[in-house]
This record gives sequence, C-alpha cells and structure tokens, in this order.
Amino acid sequence: MKANIVIIGSGISGVSIAYNLAKKGVKDIVVVDKSYISSGSTGRCGAGVRQQWGTLMNCKLAKSSIDFFEKAQKILKYHRDIEFKQEGYLIVAEDDEEFNQFKKNVKLQNSVGIPSIQISKDEAKKIVPHLNLDVIHSATYCKTDGHLNPFLMTDAYYVAAKKLGVKFYFYEEVKEIIVSNKKIQKVITDKHEFYTHKVVNAAGGFAKEVGDLVGIDIPVYSENHEILVTEPIEKIQGPMVISFKKNIYCQQVPHGAFIMGRSDKSVEKNHDISSTWKFLDEMSKTAVELLPLIGELRVIRQWGGSYNVSPDRQPIISDTKELAGYYMAVGFSGHGFMFAPMTGLLLSEMILNEPTSIDITDLHIDRFESENKTNYEQSVV
Amino acid sequence: MIKEDVIICRCEDITLKDITDLLDEGYQTFEEIKRILRIGMGACQGSTCISLLQREISNYHNIPIEKVETPKVRPLMTGVKLKSISEAYKNES
Repeated sequence: MKANIVIIGSGISGVSIAYNLAKKGVKDIVVVDKSYISSGSTGRCGAGVRQQWGTLMNCKLAKSSIDFFEKAQKILKYHRDIEFKQEGYLIVAEDDEEFNQFKKNVKLQNSVGIPSIQISKDEAKKIVPHLNLDVIHSATYCKTDGHLNPFLMTDAYYVAAKKLGVKFYFYEEVKEIIVSNKKIQKVITDKHEFYTHKVVNAAGGFAKEVGDLVGIDIPVYSENHEILVTEPIEKIQGPMVISFKKNIYCQQVPHGAFIMGRSDKSVEKNHDISSTWKFLDEMSKTAVELLPLIGELRVIRQWGGSYNVSPDRQPIISDTKELAGYYMAVGFSGHGFMFAPMTGLLLSEMILNEPTSIDITDLHIDRFESENKTNYEQSVV
Repeated sequence: MIKEDVIICRCEDITLKDITDLLDEGYQTFEEIKRILRIGMGACQGSTCISLLQREISNYHNIPIEKVETPKVRPLMTGVKLKSISEAYKNES
C-alpha cells in the first residue's frame, strides 16, 4: 500500500498532526496505532489545559493551543460536547522561594499575552473556598486555563481527520522501518506494508523505541504517573488547583468527579503503568491537607500512564539531520494533550516546508547537543 | 422496545440508544465506547454494564461474546473516602 506519510501513534498528537496535514490538502495519510485510539498517555492524562509555564516555548505553545480549544468544537464540526471549560488554574505557592519564582513566571506569561495574575491567599480563598490557607503562602491564577475531555477531544480530531480522508489502522504495531540510500522506503506493521518516504513519530510513551527503529537516539524516557478519580458531586470547585512543592494537581471535571494526581520521585524509568497503594496513600494525605473538604469524597478508580520525559521537560517537535522524512512530536513530559493543536499545526508546516507559525528552533532535537542549556521547565507535577 | 428507555449503565445514565448510536457511527470496541460514554467507569465499577455492553457489541457485529474484550479491572473494589485512606495509617498505630 502506498502512503504519502505514516504517522505512528493515535494519541492527541498523532490525530492533530493527521488533521492538520489533511486540512492542508495532503492525501494518503495513514495513522497506525498498536492499540485503540487514545489508549496511551492521552487517554490517561489529567484532562487539564493550562498556560502558566516557566519557559517561553511552553508558554507560546500553550497560549496558541488554548486559542484553538476555544473554537475547536466549531472548527472541527464535532457533534458531541468536548467538555471544554475555562475556570482557570490556581497554582499555590508554599513559601517565599516559590512566590519569587512565580513572580518571574507570571511576567513571562504576561509577555506573550497569557492573562495570569499573582494573588494573595485571601484572594485565592475567594476562588476556591475550601482551600486550606494554613499551608499556603500565595497563588497565581489564570482564568483562561481549564479543562477539556481528552477522549472526546481526540475523537473530535479523529472524526474530522477521517472526513478529510485520513486512514486509521488500529491494533496494528509498527515492527520495522526500511531505510535505504538515507531515505525511508517502507513501514512494516504486523498486518500491512506501507510504501512511504515520510514517517512521524507520535508514539508517546514509546517514542524512544520508534526512534530506535531507524537508529535515531531520542533522549527521552517514560515513567509512570498515577492518578485517581472520585465519585461525582455537585459543582464546588471551578479551577484546577496545583502545588509543585506539595506535589498535587486536583480538579473537578464538568461531569462532577474530582481527578487528582501527583508524581513519585523514586519511580523507575520504564513502561510500567500500574496502580499502587503507595500512590493512594500519599495522594489522599496531600489532597486532604490542601483541600480538606475533598476528604469526604469516595475514590472510585485509580490508574497510571506514561510521562514521556525530555531532558529539559519541553517537547521535541523536530525533523532530524540524519534522516530526511523522519519527524517527531515526542517528549512532552506529561503535557502533550494541552499542546496538541500547536503540535499538529507546527509539524504540518515543517513537513510541507512552510514557514512555521512560531520559531521552534528551541524545540529541535539538536538543542540537546549544546552543553550550556539552562532553559529547564520547573512547573511540572 | 424503546431504546431511550433501556438503561445499560446506571451510574452514568447510559441508555441502549446511546450504545447503538455509537455502534452505528462505526465504533467497534468496548474501549472506544467506554471512553466516549464513561460506561463501565462509574461508582459500581461496571458490575452491571460491562456484560450488557459486551452483549450489545456481540449482537451488533455478530461475533461470539467471548471474543468481545473485557476492560481492565481497576482498583478500588468499592468506593472509599479519601479521608479514610489518609487516616488509615494513623488509626493502625
């Protein structure tokens, strides 16, 4: 079978790239996934979309992506509600050190048009009444951050891409990529052979392995991040509440349930996505400390998913000098869902040799070759 | 039978019509339908709806029910308050 381009991975990045390419008129686009749609990191994520970042590139990607999400339902002509709500992210600072760091972050965010503000803890209490003021110093708030349903957003791109002629192959694993004369010739799965000269690695947790298929060493690894959901109740919390020092993010989704997660510094680098008692124990303690009222809610389910982590915790949206026609959108370090509109747009521009909407030199894989990189994203749970 | 009146998932109020609409749209697998409708992810952890949805998929695609996938069983077995979990260690000692 012939294909103009083969995209590996049907998470939010893969479907966004496929949609953007198809919209620009590219024919014979194939998306291959070894499982079902959004089966990896996308379908396991915390469903938050935020712009309050600590690096310029993450701020720009996030701002433009939110601009798209605001219109996504209409643009993609999706027939279900994607459950987008903009009631903000409240990021609490625990001490002076975090306060000072957030001051710099807000200044950076404001410089690219993100409407974040730094607020006192009393002001924070007005936004989230059940916040425990005894354990926080102050906060930052961005009212246009919010929530979006990962399954439905991915489905919206999928439905729109299919209408534009994109072909999807699920439960089909890429086994080999044949390269000769420094050119991609063929993608071999366990069910098909696709003759193509272009491949996009959007494999999420398995990005490194899909790099290895063509001998390109992508400096990313995967680690398990756990998460839980409670029973649904009437609305009591508007924004997502985050603390980097306390290690928690917690939001009430439009459906009524609370979703919360935290990271584990001792977690091993591998593809494990299992649930642990340790997470449940630590998560409940942190949640009850910061948001005591939430303690009354019953936990319904817990699960895990991979963060695909890059050295500076910013994505790698890039081509490679080693192999023409090989592209990647990887290493999102836990935030691929909220950047997806820009991921798809930027990669489609790169593939079609168009000027990119924003300068993405700093997202190229070559950035890790220089020793003096200091641009490290600290605002990650 | 009025499909709107037949409840398949009591936690999320999913009707038979919600299911057959998605099957008509082309969604084939349990996992796809689960993710769009939240069926099987509610407070009862799918104890009623999982087998009902499997039967509908089996009938629609004319495949034996044992060939229809079963979603992953996730903890917890029953809902437990966050407060009870956070205080559990304290109460033990």
